[in-house]
Amino acid sequence: MNAILFVEQTLNGLQFGVTLFLMAAGLTLVFGIMNMVNLAHGAMYMVGAYLAVAATQWTGSYLAGVLLALVGTLLVGVVTEVVALRTLYERDHLDQVLATFGLILFFNELVAIIWGRAALFSDLPQALSGHIELVTNLRYPVYRLMIIIVGLLVALLLWYVVTRTRLGMLIRAGASNRTMVSALGINIRLLYTIVFGFGAALAGLAGVMAGPIYAVQPGMGELILIQVFVVIVIGGIGSIRGALAGAIIVGMVDTMGRAFLKPALGALISPTAAEAAGPALASMLIYLLMAVVLALRPEGLFPARGH
Amino acid sequence: MRARLVLLIVGIAFLALAPLVATAFDQLFYIDLLRRVMIFAIAALSLNLILGYGGMVSFGHAAYLGIGGYAVAILAHHGIHNGFLQLGVAVGASALVALVIGAISIRTSGIYFIMITLAFTQMLYFLGISLDAYGGDDGLRLAARSDLGGLVDLGNSTAFYYLVFAVMIAFLYLIHRIVNSRFGMVIRASNSNEARTRAIGFSPYPYRLAAFVIAGAMCGVAGYLFVNHTAYLTPDFMHWTRSGEIMFMVILGGIGTSVGPILGAFVLLLLEDLLSGMTGFVGQHWQLFIGLFLVLVVLFAKRGLAGLLPGAQRND
Repeated sequence: MNAILFVEQTLNGLQFGVTLFLMAAGLTLVFGIMNMVNLAHGAMYMVGAYLAVAATQWTGSYLAGVLLALVGTLLVGVVTEVVALRTLYERDHLDQVLATFGLILFFNELVAIIWGRAALFSDLPQALSGHIELVTNLRYPVYRLMIIIVGLLVALLLWYVVTRTRLGMLIRAGASNRTMVSALGINIRLLYTIVFGFGAALAGLAGVMAGPIYAVQPGMGELILIQVFVVIVIGGIGSIRGALAGAIIVGMVDTMGRAFLKPALGALISPTAAEAAGPALASMLIYLLMAVVLALRPEGLFPARGH
Repeated sequence: MRARLVLLIVGIAFLALAPLVATAFDQLFYIDLLRRVMIFAIAALSLNLILGYGGMVSFGHAAYLGIGGYAVAILAHHGIHNGFLQLGVAVGASALVALVIGAISIRTSGIYFIMITLAFTQMLYFLGISLDAYGGDDGLRLAARSDLGGLVDLGNSTAFYYLVFAVMIAFLYLIHRIVNSRFGMVIRASNSNEARTRAIGFSPYPYRLAAFVIAGAMCGVAGYLFVNHTAYLTPDFMHWTRSGEIMFMVILGGIGTSVGPILGAFVLLLLEDLLSGMTGFVGQHWQLFIGLFLVLVVLFAKRGLAGLLPGAQRND
């Protein structure tokens, strides 16, 4: 196996992993604290990507566009929570799945109305569009490297907020015993809205950063949403630690599977059979992984404490 | 109770007479539309068995629609058009896949169950996409519809309609019998109180698994009918939004009610057809309205349409 290619794919896996983590962090908190299944989380990813493209064109500055998009997604998240989702926390999972499924249809069509159905492509600022030579013969896109760094920084920041601040303490307390937290005089509804809003903003950030790599189009949030579900189920629902571990595992397994499964199979079975089976198996790999993890450890790898 | 029975009879009579009326007015389009609706009603009926009565929120029921469809299309692709054989393979394969998925999924519960059933269906969806020999992403044209000997000619729109109608009524009756049998009692009991069910000596797992397999096999029949209806197979049979739609039909109609799923399928699909057929903004962006409708139904009409019918029992 070519070492350079391997390092490059490892970086790609890491980049996909941190993108998944940004999505998973919000989703797993909403699960853990509000006990809520939110399929519409993928819509926030899409909204973030669209807002970034629109705001960048409007302001002419990439940085301003990104910041506006984050604030915008935060607002969209807060409004969605207050208008529609708040009443669903006490309902069973089935109602939550269906209502948020409806929201997906709604948001997909809404962006189609505003920006049209055709995919948008956004340009990167000069500084981020080149390649950088990490080691000899390994040139890696600056932009992807930046995603990895931003993702890891956000992970660090989240760890700090959740474990070292008062807000984080409330979040952890809310996850382990909601009733007790509100009995202690904490405005739990406000806490829910804050958590939901910031979760949406993190999903928006993932969408903003994914925009220049993938096409920005209606429905772009759905595929990644299902992959993020795999992440949090593998990691253990409600656990940030689990979300990070699950995201890196899924990112790596998916990327490595797509890159190396076909050649690896080709060495084992006939190349023509590998040609057919390789891509199929690669796209099924993370779902297989999830089935295995759930069969062996039904609570995920790092179950949240206090449940 | 009597009012419900009258409504049921009126509904069945309407469906039985619809092709005659449509033919008389030369509106054959409606035969196709109602046939499609009834096929989805069959899928929704089968999901209701495990979702409504068994409390198993399967977010992957479209998988069996796909398995049934692929069974027919793959056999037809290899020149085997015998409809009975195809039906056997469709039902057998659906049951087998449901057995594997169920055996793993039913060990989990709650949100994990929802996610794992979704994940398995995604797996099958991607498998379908990568099956290049059978059309891959683009799908596969059905060389010929299933050949049911001299019994029913599926090429005849009206005859096919009555076949689907008969299957739907038969499944409605079958599920009614299952739910009210001793087996169905255990399924319902373990849904309403698992601990007590165990305490009186029943282990829910095998019962749930059996129900899961029955529901899968029934939905396989819907897949068999659906691919004959469209005459074209695509991996989209198994798309996760399809699972969501079938689930919504059950909820819309009224979860755990006998005719609810049929009602739900009719209202959702006819509404979709109505909205998408409109001109202008509504017709172009009908999904916006379907999405809103879905949210509103979940938020405000908890008991579904069957709960609005006269004589609906209040049991909560």
